[in-house]
Amino acid sequence: MKAVITVIGKDMVGILAKVSTACAESNVNVVEVTQSILDKYFAMIMLVDIQHMECSLDELKESILQEVPTMTVHVMHEDIFNSMHRI
Amino acid sequence: MLNMKDIMETMTMIQEEHLDIRTITMGISLLDCCDTDIDKSCEKVYEKICRLAGNLVQTGEEIEKKYGIPIVNKRVSVTPIAMLTAVSGGDPVKYAHALDKAAKKIGVNFIGGYTALVQKGFAAGDRELIESIPRALAETDFVCSSVNVGSTKAGINMDAVKMMGNVVKEASQLTSDRQCIGAAKLVVFCNAPEDNPFMAGAFHGVGEPDCVINVGVSGPGVVRAALSKLPKDAPLSEVADLIKKTAFKITRMGQLVGSEASAKLGVPFGIIDLSLAPTPAVGDSVAHILKEIGLEQCGTHGTTAALAMLNDAVKKGGVMASSSVGGLSGAFIPVSEDAGMIDAAEAGTLTLEKLEAMTAVCSVGLDMIVLPGDTPADTISAIIADEAAIGMVNSKTTAVRVIPAIGHEAGEVLDFGGLLGTGPIMKINRKSSSVMIQRGGRIPAPMQSLKN
Repeated sequence: MKAVITVIGKDMVGILAKVSTACAESNVNVVEVTQSILDKYFAMIMLVDIQHMECSLDELKESILQEVPTMTVHVMHEDIFNSMHRI
Repeated sequence: MLNMKDIMETMTMIQEEHLDIRTITMGISLLDCCDTDIDKSCEKVYEKICRLAGNLVQTGEEIEKKYGIPIVNKRVSVTPIAMLTAVSGGDPVKYAHALDKAAKKIGVNFIGGYTALVQKGFAAGDRELIESIPRALAETDFVCSSVNVGSTKAGINMDAVKMMGNVVKEASQLTSDRQCIGAAKLVVFCNAPEDNPFMAGAFHGVGEPDCVINVGVSGPGVVRAALSKLPKDAPLSEVADLIKKTAFKITRMGQLVGSEASAKLGVPFGIIDLSLAPTPAVGDSVAHILKEIGLEQCGTHGTTAALAMLNDAVKKGGVMASSSVGGLSGAFIPVSEDAGMIDAAEAGTLTLEKLEAMTAVCSVGLDMIVLPGDTPADTISAIIADEAAIGMVNSKTTAVRVIPAIGHEAGEVLDFGGLLGTGPIMKINRKSSSVMIQRGGRIPAPMQSLKN
């Protein structure tokens, strides 16, 4: 079971580190990361394994937001992407 | 394996193009709540709704958080109340209060089913219920009402049509201090679907199971955004194809949410209704899709053709994406809820006559149209009769939800606020239809062969 975390906002030092830390604290394993910086804006999509997650997706989102309060964070279960883009 | 392009596409649809699950509607049968004592009957109704739908709102919110997709409304539809009135007798408004109380207790924002099905004639309870509709809508906040006055198999009950003109007007009059909101919660149908999750016309049909989850998905913004990327000289077959593909994706999401909700609540999954239901928000407009297809403004020549293609393509995409598509499924054209339609009506491009033509090819009918306050009840009946005739002959659902703006004239504006939007008051034909409406009786069911 996987989830997709997206983080968008103004670039600053340590975003990836902070988000990863929040994941690790909830026993969420990072599987894949894509990030880019476009004109000072930071955009990251992270695929994580939530098989052994110790909280709900909503709580994970809250704990990430606490680490990077200025960013826009979305945490979504992978099923929504799979159902929309795969037959 | 997920790829980044797909993830970004879904995110953009939700964040920027207003993709949402418009409603999760739980259909509840109240047939086992009938009692010859109306107070006991009301008590049972309240208890059953609270028992079955108690977790509906919470479950909806959990799914919202899990998938990051907004679920705008959580609603309940119930067995037509006229059937309960038939057993219990008494003042049907008591049921409306019981439904309203239950809706407030469980936290849903509408409850539909203050309904009578009279396409072929009135049974016990039907007349009483129809006459009580204006009071029921004025005295409650969340109750929605509908009346089915015709069908392709039965014809049109013109006695009921005659009554409904008065009922619509009275519903408006009793709530004239609240933007005539009563009439906005009342729909008059021909060929009403029994599994429609959308308000104000939702009710739980008699052929339905005891309890069922129906999901309404929307996304005019997504379709518009997809079309805007198509070159302006792309042939219409390509346009239709793109609409179909987009509708497919949207419906798949509805299917996911519907099955998840049904599993969590332990209630069978009914249908997905994929309807392009506009909201007053900028970018969430069906009129703007028509504009994107290539019309200067919605309502001009070509609108009916473009809408026919849109409606059909949406259905085709939806059917492919889910095993159980039902309800209304197509494009809605509620004037006051659609920024593009409001503009077109204010500019005079979109007239009542053109809207009527559009309803022959779209999924519902004359929806959320504000009429001058002095419109005679017979004229409203005649509008209903016209619309029911279109539905009857074309074997499709049509509906009328018009709001006579008491104390206002054509050219003024009625502001409902929220999802119901703002309605410019439209011009009507001032010649009388009285004699025909006063005849009453029935329009016989149409031929089903020799179609020309």
